[in-house]
Amino acid sequence: MRILKPSDILPSEITPRALFEDRRRFLVGAGATLAAGAAMWAGLPAEARAAAAKLGPLARSPFSSDEPQTPYKSVTTYNNYYEFGTDKEDPAANAGKLAVRPWTVRVEGLAGKPRTFDIDELLKLAPLEERIYRLRCVEAWSMVIPWVGFPLSALLRQVDPQGSAKYVEFVTHYDPKIMLRRPVLDWPYTEGLRMDEAMHPLTLLTLGLYGEVLPNQNGAPVRVVVPWKYGFKSAKSIVAIRLVDKEPRTAWNKSAPSEYGFYSNVNPNVDHPRWSQATERRIGEFRKRPTLMFNGYAEQVASLYQGMDLRKSF
Amino acid sequence: MTKPPSAAQLAAIKALLFALCLVPFALYMQRWFDDALGANPIEAITRGSGDWTLRFLLITLAVTPLRKLTGLNWLLRLRRMLGLFAFFYASLHFTTYFWLDQFFDLQSIAHDIMKRPFITVGFSAFVLLIPLAVTSNNYAIRRLGGRRWQSLHRSVYAIGILAIVHYWWLVKADILEPMIYGLILAALLGMRGWWREQERRRQIAASMPRPMPGGKVIPLVAKSPRY
Repeated sequence: MRILKPSDILPSEITPRALFEDRRRFLVGAGATLAAGAAMWAGLPAEARAAAAKLGPLARSPFSSDEPQTPYKSVTTYNNYYEFGTDKEDPAANAGKLAVRPWTVRVEGLAGKPRTFDIDELLKLAPLEERIYRLRCVEAWSMVIPWVGFPLSALLRQVDPQGSAKYVEFVTHYDPKIMLRRPVLDWPYTEGLRMDEAMHPLTLLTLGLYGEVLPNQNGAPVRVVVPWKYGFKSAKSIVAIRLVDKEPRTAWNKSAPSEYGFYSNVNPNVDHPRWSQATERRIGEFRKRPTLMFNGYAEQVASLYQGMDLRKSF
Repeated sequence: MTKPPSAAQLAAIKALLFALCLVPFALYMQRWFDDALGANPIEAITRGSGDWTLRFLLITLAVTPLRKLTGLNWLLRLRRMLGLFAFFYASLHFTTYFWLDQFFDLQSIAHDIMKRPFITVGFSAFVLLIPLAVTSNNYAIRRLGGRRWQSLHRSVYAIGILAIVHYWWLVKADILEPMIYGLILAALLGMRGWWREQERRRQIAASMPRPMPGGKVIPLVAKSPRY
């Protein structure tokens, strides 16, 4: 199967410079219009929304979906971020306590040049792109979200991963003073990817959504988004990224190994033991729609799993 | 003991209770039409109707213990309405699933009921509620006879347990809420078990011959040796 790697070709290489820059200006303008539109949808006064820091200029990505985007209000009030409460509205109500600055991310483990990155450094590490991705939650609902970020591979290349690094582990922020103390999951929440999954151009180190910095409830200030996997694989509020040689344990896998596998690729043919994964409800829609293999990203990622039994490696 | 309410007072109490029991339904309807149920209104309705079914089941099961503890026997006369409201919210819960969630997809519903244990259990609880709702009238009591009617309606204990299991199996990791409901149910059923055991002992004691005056007390259990 063909793997599209558009990130390898910069738009500037294929478009005359003047045209390219003109398009950039258009995109910045479009981004501002989009943000204004989002503010209107959210039904908030423009000043309130203007308080969130804008990110830009943003490059457009061929990976982006052209499906209707889930309204900003739904994206930011219907969240699974268990550290801030296990009801969908809890994170929006409680995540305001999270101090997102100063913030650093250690990238360590089997790396030639392990180091710690400041959040301001991360924001400038690579050109920011808008990536409009489908998000499929393991609970059988979905959204379409315009994320802002750059491929995780750009960060990992900075630390020179060793050949022995086969997996990437994400460690997220945990502060019992402001977060849930009940051991609903084994805090801090950790997640993991295989090295080739982490280096895949779709895997996004994410710093914003709807053209602005991430709201706290969506995993501020930095998270990953892995669009072909169930949402819980996309770790929020990351403080460390470890390059390791063994498959790392992950929070949901530890909680219920028979229900949440390491891979957790979106797969309509493999049901969660307690509910069907064949269909999903897109937030804002009434009728359910069929769930797509790899959440519709099969063309880009199916080759990663060639020869694997996805029923066993669920 | 306070005097029981007069017929007119009881009618007023019942009317008030009826209105009160409809408040959750009215609030959800209002939020539905105001588009105030959040990003996923169907999920909110499903959860809300499920929560209120469980609450009304527990309230109904609390009537007998409350009557025994307070001596207010007239409370029993509110139990039928409370039980029927449990059925009302259960019907809404099931309709939400059948209509809004599955949109009458009978194949998918049949698959769910067969394959998903939490739905199997929830569906069973709902089916078991139907005969209780149908026989919640004086005619049925007369027809069945008090004893048979009562043993039929004791299935509400099993329904309560099934409802807790349904909730417990559906949550992903945070079992706090189903546990709280489960503990309340355990207390309500535990009280009944305790009272029944007391009653049994009293009956045994009453049927046993009195010990002979001046007779020797023979310990039935040997004392454990001291070390």
